[in-house]
Amino acid sequence: MKNRITLFTVCLIVWLLLVWPFGRSPAGVPDVVAGVLVAAVTAAIMREISMERADRWLNPVRWFWAAVYLVVLTYYIIRANLDVAYRVLHPAMPIRPGIVRVRTRLKGAGARTLLANSITLTPGTLSVEVTPDGDLFIHWINVTATGIERATERIVGRFEWFISRIAE
Amino acid sequence: MSSWLGTLLLLVGAAFDLVGCIGLVRLPDVYNRLQAGTKCVTLGTCLILLGTAVLVDCPACSVKAILCLLFVLVTSPTAAHALARGAKVSGVPLWEGSVLDQWEGTADAGRDERP
Repeated sequence: MKNRITLFTVCLIVWLLLVWPFGRSPAGVPDVVAGVLVAAVTAAIMREISMERADRWLNPVRWFWAAVYLVVLTYYIIRANLDVAYRVLHPAMPIRPGIVRVRTRLKGAGARTLLANSITLTPGTLSVEVTPDGDLFIHWINVTATGIERATERIVGRFEWFISRIAE
Repeated sequence: MSSWLGTLLLLVGAAFDLVGCIGLVRLPDVYNRLQAGTKCVTLGTCLILLGTAVLVDCPACSVKAILCLLFVLVTSPTAAHALARGAKVSGVPLWEGSVLDQWEGTADAGRDERP
């Protein structure tokens, strides 16, 4: 039930942001009513979307760390872009690609998804596979560490701490 | 002021999109190409949307542009992951200049479906 209420709320907020500003005549009543209907139907149909412990969305500490994380992630995304742009535009194309194995301590599906997506968005790394035991296979455009410990430190280390506070 | 900022964001975004496209053509295999495809095109598109949000004189449009930005930020790496995994599982080889592949030979390689 909690899952569905969370899903309903998220859908309703997205809907309201999309239709805003509301129509003039009865101060947006039709827009809001339609939004409630659509969100309710979506939440009813999508009941398989399981969010583990949906009440965590209400914790403001998690939202605080999410905001900090967004800033950190933006920094790494910009660095990633300059890095890839340099490799692409350099006449000799300096790349040493390969697939390395790294390990994460994160357990939750949501946390691992966030980690894998963050890795894909950041310098020269692309998540190829996540195994059930928490191993990630990363395509690295410029391999600088081959051991699992060193590679984990370089690729996973900078995000794990934040994600464990946001989604774990 | 905001028109300068918006124009600058649009230009930088377009430049990153261009680099992403050049990377798509120049880089050797599917995995390296996805790297250029996700990183540069994600940031480029996000900057263009941000520039649009700053530039348009219409708060409702800005809100929609920011929503699109968030969706791109979530879906683009997910799509790249799905493509890379699909390519690897169906046996697309890495570029011959690749230095190592620690997935090859593990129990997970070549597995078609999750249990």
